[in-house]
Amino acid sequence: MFAWRDRLTVGQKLAIWAWGFLAVPVVFYCVIRFYPTFESFAISLTDWDVLSDPNFIWFENYVRLWNDPVFWQVLGNTFMYLLLGTPISLLIAFVVAYYLDQVRFMHGFMRALYFLPFLTTAVAMAWVWRWFYQPVPIGTFNNILATLGFAQQPFLRSTTQALPAILAPAIWAGLGFQIVIFLAGLRAIPSSYYEAARIDGAGKWQILTEITIPLLRPTVVFLVVISSIGFLRIFDQVFNMTPQGDGGPLNSTKPIVLYIYETGFDAFNMGYATAQTVILFLILLIITLIQLRLLRGR
Amino acid sequence: MKRYVAALLGSAVMMGMAVPAMAQDPIEIEYWQYFFQGRVDAIDALIEQFEAENPGIVVNHTHFPYADYRTRIAAAVPAGEGPDVIQMFYGWVPDYIDAGLLQPLPAEYFPLQELEDEYFDIVQAMVYDGQLYAVPTAVRSLALFWNKRMFEEAGLDPETPPATLDEMVDFAVALTERDGGGNLTAVGLTMAMTGQDHHWWREVLVRQFGGQPYSDDGRTVTYNDEAGAAALQYYIDMIQEHGVSDIGFMDEPQAAFRAGRGGMHIDGSFRLGALRDTRGLDWGVGELPANADGDRYNFSSYWVNGITTTPQGEEFDAAARFLQFITTPDAMQLWLETVGELPAREAAALTDENTAHPEYGPFVRGLEYANATQFVNESAQRQLMVDMVDRVLLQGMSVEESLAVAAEQEQALLDEFYGG
Repeated sequence: MFAWRDRLTVGQKLAIWAWGFLAVPVVFYCVIRFYPTFESFAISLTDWDVLSDPNFIWFENYVRLWNDPVFWQVLGNTFMYLLLGTPISLLIAFVVAYYLDQVRFMHGFMRALYFLPFLTTAVAMAWVWRWFYQPVPIGTFNNILATLGFAQQPFLRSTTQALPAILAPAIWAGLGFQIVIFLAGLRAIPSSYYEAARIDGAGKWQILTEITIPLLRPTVVFLVVISSIGFLRIFDQVFNMTPQGDGGPLNSTKPIVLYIYETGFDAFNMGYATAQTVILFLILLIITLIQLRLLRGR
Repeated sequence: MKRYVAALLGSAVMMGMAVPAMAQDPIEIEYWQYFFQGRVDAIDALIEQFEAENPGIVVNHTHFPYADYRTRIAAAVPAGEGPDVIQMFYGWVPDYIDAGLLQPLPAEYFPLQELEDEYFDIVQAMVYDGQLYAVPTAVRSLALFWNKRMFEEAGLDPETPPATLDEMVDFAVALTERDGGGNLTAVGLTMAMTGQDHHWWREVLVRQFGGQPYSDDGRTVTYNDEAGAAALQYYIDMIQEHGVSDIGFMDEPQAAFRAGRGGMHIDGSFRLGALRDTRGLDWGVGELPANADGDRYNFSSYWVNGITTTPQGEEFDAAARFLQFITTPDAMQLWLETVGELPAREAAALTDENTAHPEYGPFVRGLEYANATQFVNESAQRQLMVDMVDRVLLQGMSVEESLAVAAEQEQALLDEFYGG
């Protein structure tokens, strides 16, 4: 009865077991991830509006994207979040981690404090920051400025200040995670390297630039990948910090994900929204491939 | 494990058998609306009354968060799984008819001529190819709220709101408060196009300055003229010239008013409930100010009910009877008292009691001179107004230029909708 089983080698049996367990996530990924991804390529070639049957319109949505000034603006905003957010957050995270690593007193408690914002709901945090930025009489920042005799700042009501103002809580929220990863990276560097360097008479700065930073490279690459994807997909902060979630004023803070959301679930223009999604997918894919290559090139 | 699966399957089979067996007797119909506590309470009360009067019919009431509502209807109705009677914003109706989600209402229950006589103008907008597709249940309009305590402190009569637009400016100037650094601490008039101001601007200010926001068929933007520019200038002047307000003060207009830091505030009747619950706020409500010639306008928007393509035969008949029941004058009065939205029947709305009511009165009286905007995408069209004001305030664009940009973009939205 079990003859077929006996004919299998141990290796084959192991493979069957492995695939048996893997089948669950594989099926899940195929149905929940890959199938919709491929279907969205198809939808992006239609004028589907949820209500009526889709018509095939070739690349009309992509042509429209090319000629849509708002799309280029939101694309620019998205890269602004990325180009400001990733280096600033990594720099702050590294500095904090570098010094936190040397602190022995209440180290665990301090680390937990830095990690806390990462655990907080983005929506709640965004609203608290939204109120921080309000004008007098309710805005904390402006009340401080006014008390010290400075002029009020428009913050979220300015086309130039709003994007950095929204980026600040996004950076702050991700900081805890990055610090913990950096700490792990710092701890992984064998202390014998430092001892050898000190014996050779290397200074603090030299140790930092010649040993610590080069050896942290895999950590840095990992964090760059993760935080880049995070900033490219920024949504919660913008949606909750701008009135009616409009990414204003005058689209100056609108990231591509918010534009996709508006096009899809406000205007019910699914075909056009999906075309934008495909572009975002390609951007994420390219950036990830570049970064993976950097990892491999180590 | 096996036993558990078997039990699940067994119960599923039993439920599958039980439901049709029970449904043979009473006719079941499904009613859908979005979630708002007052609306849910009102419909529950109406269903109870309806079922008592019609023992053979059971109405199931389902509601969803507003954000999901449209998507769910769109997904459920074509699949035949969805509601029989749905509540919709009047602006969605053309879309739904286009997509084949609605059936014409039976004339025996909804005689068109009679409805046109009895309802406010909006009924006409629900007629396509001579057939009526939806009945309005409730209507919203705008009114001016004012803070009596702030009026008193500013030396104004706390019982008299401004009668004209010019007076409104004077009042607002008197009501505005600033700290030593010149920062606003209380605004004379709460302002933001993200609130109700875009309705006030389109349907009230533009008309009061002698213009018309859209062509009669609603397909052409007509506010890009001198009247439109004057209306926008009036709005902008409040902020730039008179300094009585700022966009984003206290985050949003109704928050500023509820916190007692807004002297005057334009809003809909649905705000009444929240204001009644605000402790320590002494407020009054009156009609929107007239222009110098005494012309008054208002904005109205409707919620309508229609029958989807799902019910057929006796279910369709039951759906029609239910729809008729929730649009009786009595039902509308119940809706007014529970939800705070005004009756869509003129006779039911304009009772002496309603027009003289200290809170509903100004809204009801406003209905007599109100116009409805035929939105194709309300949030997108509101955003155009938000941006129109921001271009002037934040980028220094001229009023005329910004108005022209808004008109062009809105026309593109209309063209896309009606052309496609």
